[in-house]
Amino acid sequence: MNFIRFMTGSIRIIFHGSKIYYAWLILLLLLILWGGSGYLGQITHGLIRTNMRDSVSWAFYIGNFTFLVGVAAAAVMLVIPAYIYDWKPIKEIVIFGELLAVCAVIMCLAFIIVDLGNPLRFWHMLPLIGILNFPYSMLSWDFFVLSVYLLINLYVVTYLLYCIFYKKDYKKSVVLPLVLISIPMAVAIHTTTAFLYNALPGRIFWNSALLAPRFLASAFCSGPAILLILFQILRKTTKFEIKDEAIWTIAELMVYAMFIYLFFTIAELFKEFYSGTEHILYWKYLLFGIGDHKEIVPYSWSSIIMGCIAFILFLIPKTRKNFLTLNIGAVLIYGSVYVEKGIALIIPAFTPDVLGQIYVYTPSWTEIKTAVMVFSLGFLLFTFLSKIAIAIVFDDYNIDSLDKKMRLPK
Amino acid sequence: MKKENSRRSFIKNISLATFSALALSGCNMEIFDEFLQKNFRTLSKKEKDKIIKNLEIKYKEKYGKEFHVSVKPAIDRTLFGYALDLSKCVGCRRCVYACVKENNLSRNPQIHYIEVLQMDKEKGIDFADSDAQYNPEKVPEKGHFYLPVQCQQCRNPQCVTVCPVKATWQEPDGIVVVDYNWCIGCRYCMAACPYGARHFNWGKPYVPVEELNTELHFLGNRPRMKGVVEKCTFCIQRVREGKYPACVEICPVGARKFGNLLDPESEIRYILENKRVLVLKQELNFQPKFYYFFGN
Repeated sequence: MNFIRFMTGSIRIIFHGSKIYYAWLILLLLLILWGGSGYLGQITHGLIRTNMRDSVSWAFYIGNFTFLVGVAAAAVMLVIPAYIYDWKPIKEIVIFGELLAVCAVIMCLAFIIVDLGNPLRFWHMLPLIGILNFPYSMLSWDFFVLSVYLLINLYVVTYLLYCIFYKKDYKKSVVLPLVLISIPMAVAIHTTTAFLYNALPGRIFWNSALLAPRFLASAFCSGPAILLILFQILRKTTKFEIKDEAIWTIAELMVYAMFIYLFFTIAELFKEFYSGTEHILYWKYLLFGIGDHKEIVPYSWSSIIMGCIAFILFLIPKTRKNFLTLNIGAVLIYGSVYVEKGIALIIPAFTPDVLGQIYVYTPSWTEIKTAVMVFSLGFLLFTFLSKIAIAIVFDDYNIDSLDKKMRLPK
Repeated sequence: MKKENSRRSFIKNISLATFSALALSGCNMEIFDEFLQKNFRTLSKKEKDKIIKNLEIKYKEKYGKEFHVSVKPAIDRTLFGYALDLSKCVGCRRCVYACVKENNLSRNPQIHYIEVLQMDKEKGIDFADSDAQYNPEKVPEKGHFYLPVQCQQCRNPQCVTVCPVKATWQEPDGIVVVDYNWCIGCRYCMAACPYGARHFNWGKPYVPVEELNTELHFLGNRPRMKGVVEKCTFCIQRVREGKYPACVEICPVGARKFGNLLDPESEIRYILENKRVLVLKQELNFQPKFYYFFGN
């Protein structure tokens, strides 16, 4: 009963807001409807509405899935420096980080569902009622760790908000072990996803030992970028307090991650381009194109350029401490990793295909619309959950407010 | 309290109404049954017989023809192997089209289990420089040789390992099969296969009714549906009845050889013992049972 009151009390919050809030909701709703029309076409006619074919059998949807796993992982990683550097608002960081992680994992699952040929048969993957090929299939591992990660984050964040709502102290013995577990779990989800690709020796482009480390490095480059911007917004609009130094430290940590990522990429490029075996073809297609086929060259180079500019902006203390350049850098690195995971990771692995033939892939409108639908749904969920969290954590919205029928905060 | 009672009874009534509606629409329970159908390997003989009977009725209704669906298991002490003589293949693609007819492959969207690659004699077996879209007036073209590729029925098939729901497995006679009713269409197996042997039904498959082959095997050439993976099964509906795969029979130059690897007197064993065979991408250690050799 207590929990239901908490839920109904929380849900009430999302129905009250400023004009900007409603405008944002309407925008998201419109995007969901527009995107949904694309997905509807796919459900009716099949995945033939995408540009995927036998040669390039995984593409935009799986790329988005991979990117979002990185976001989900990185969201929680901020807990470590918060703890080590003893940042004051560590509880708030945990809550918002985990809310972001929850939304990101739900978006991941959504991208998998839209990619399946038979989404209604999803139940075949559940152990006991279906058959889960654990531990042989890496996909079953990924399903398992993502589910566990989702449950842990969902439980911790709900429990913390529930306690604040009822003005009770949270039990450290419940929260601390779970938060501590969520950190290696964050590493686990992204490593397992990397291993999904790494497990396939037939896909030369993915058959590098550096794939999993590169995944983690790029996740740490980009994931904290969202929280960086979110914390600045929260600082301006709520009672959330976070020192400039803390934000600059997040940026510093991202620089380390970016440098490691850069180094890994140079190591990969050296290995391929110096030895010059036929395996170079995939990197060649990515960076320079093969013959007349230069379709993803603009994507790969824009990703590289955005990443390098972000690296420099974050590296130089002057531009790191200036909030304008800092935020530009955050957006750039986020965009860079998005293009890299979305396109530059998946497509070259299939081009040329296993029998040496080239099938040119770029996302179709159906794929773009469906991706917009999933992202908008994720943003909507994150907006709702953040609004609830802000009300409970910063605006003292609690059980008394329900009883007194207080005016809800805007 | 009164309010609570009326709310509770309302929910009760609605649920009852829903369940009765579902029960009364029992004529559509077939779709429900098919949706809940379990993985083929977990089914009892009785369940399999029932499914076969329903399939044959369904096909008769849909296509107006008599179909025979077999669930014949692997023959004892049989392990099928294939050998292809590269010195003979002329690249005519008759094998490709015979397979299409025999296995009820979708004409639109087009699915081919066999892909023939035209290669340079000077370069040897080099996929990066091969051409699957060759279309000259006459074959074979000078300076080129032809390499048809289909499912290699690997001894160590990675496609089987990576399937998250065990919808694909290797039968005792060495054929790797797919349960089309269990496949969820995630396409991980397609990412894993280094030979391009697995194909996906991106759209609803279409076969003209008059061209349908009515001798089917549940794990082979029965009509597939949108959103599932399919592949060459060495014509499982034929080889388990003692016949050759369609591609072996149609080859006009006799480049294709097939037989039981466990039978010391078989043609395939003769080739392995007396010819110089190779397998594709042998460094990947999937151990294909499809061998290539140069007979002349």
